[in-house]
Amino acid sequence: MDTDDVVVCRCEEVTLDEIRAWIGRGYCHFDELKRILRVGMGPCQGRGCRDIVLRELSRATGEPLEAIDPGTVRPPVKPIKIGLLAYGGEDAPK
Amino acid sequence: MSEKRAADAIIVGGGVHGAAAAYSLASAGVSVILFEREYLSSGGSGRSAAGLRQHFGTEVNCRLAKYNLQCFPTLQEDLGGEFDLEFAQWGYLWVAYTEGSMDQLKKNVELQRGLEIPSEILSPQEIKRRWPYLGVERMIGAAYCSRDGHINPHTLTMAYGRAAEKLGARIKTYSPVQRLLSSGGKIRGVEAAGEEWSAPRVLLTAGPWSTKLAATVGVCLPVTPERHNLLVTEAVEPFNCPMTLCLDDGAYFKQLPNGTFFFGRDDPDEPKTAESGNSAKFLEGVTKSVLQRIPVLKGTRVAHQWSGPYDVTPDHQAVIDWTPVEGLWVNCGWSGHGLQFGPSGGRLAKEMFFGEKTFVDIHSFRLGRFEEGDLFMEPAFI
Repeated sequence: MDTDDVVVCRCEEVTLDEIRAWIGRGYCHFDELKRILRVGMGPCQGRGCRDIVLRELSRATGEPLEAIDPGTVRPPVKPIKIGLLAYGGEDAPK
Repeated sequence: MSEKRAADAIIVGGGVHGAAAAYSLASAGVSVILFEREYLSSGGSGRSAAGLRQHFGTEVNCRLAKYNLQCFPTLQEDLGGEFDLEFAQWGYLWVAYTEGSMDQLKKNVELQRGLEIPSEILSPQEIKRRWPYLGVERMIGAAYCSRDGHINPHTLTMAYGRAAEKLGARIKTYSPVQRLLSSGGKIRGVEAAGEEWSAPRVLLTAGPWSTKLAATVGVCLPVTPERHNLLVTEAVEPFNCPMTLCLDDGAYFKQLPNGTFFFGRDDPDEPKTAESGNSAKFLEGVTKSVLQRIPVLKGTRVAHQWSGPYDVTPDHQAVIDWTPVEGLWVNCGWSGHGLQFGPSGGRLAKEMFFGEKTFVDIHSFRLGRFEEGDLFMEPAFI
């Protein structure tokens, strides 16, 4: 299969080829790939791509999938509007 | 064949200062091993807001900052071009809300201009003219330098590490150092993963973790951790918003080249720890404060928050010096503005290793100043 245009992380538009290339350079942890490629760093925080990247890491390192560190998910789990965080349901003070 | 557990120099800590030191030492032909407990940039470096500025209030920081800004424009290529460093110069604005803060900013700018740093004082009217989307209510004025900007702290650190590796340095990630090793008042190496690694020179660049490691050979560093929080928004159309720092409540914000915004805000109630964690009240406080200054972001979404440790000294100045243990030197205690000093830190490490005269006089960063009571406060810290 041609993998150069398979987009794994849609938030940050990271392709499968890029992920494999950086794993090949020795970056074998999800959080490292995230910092280099921004994979899983966007608004959805890897809901779509994390499992795919972990599977690639498992394949490259020979470690079973459950032994691969899934990396960090940070709050808020879903994006929240700044105005809502600052003022709740209220309007900003005039 | 088993790996030789010896080198000319061992570096402990894979933040930007450790990685830059590995690069500049390896460039000079020194055999180097760097130990990092997780991955490069995983500590304070990668967690920073990564502002680049020349706005400081002490001469040594201004001079080093000027050098940093000379390096950044070509650094991506200098380090091999593999990593995108996202360097941008959208400026840095320090906003005063009291006459006292304004006076300090004027003093800082005078010092900077004397050193040929192109900073300037702006009135609220001028701020409104240049950046109409910024709220200027209650502002007295600001200090601004258009050459200041942003860099990606992760790729910066990793690019230094990668370039060092290509020059022969050994970068050991996921390899925590348990303790430093000395005998007869001289450093002889480190213990990492239960094994001894030897070197006649050891450089400690472990940020807030430096204190405990130095103590394993009896060196006392007055460096303590402080947790600080940041958030990042979803991306919006880039409009070159400068990094803006509000001196009334310590809130700051900036846009990154990919269109996202960072917000941060000082909170003296945050735990004094080097461990990361998330503070729920941070989100409400920082968004309330920042929205007053840039209301146009009201409908933009917060993507996530994180925290990272400062390595704080009593005068908010770094410690860069040889220690009483012969062969052991330190570079830590940057108190929140260290990331951008990576280029300077790397160069100083090489100069100190070879006993050369340093390119900027760093006598004031000496470790002995705390015992001597000769502190020199950096007024421009956040």
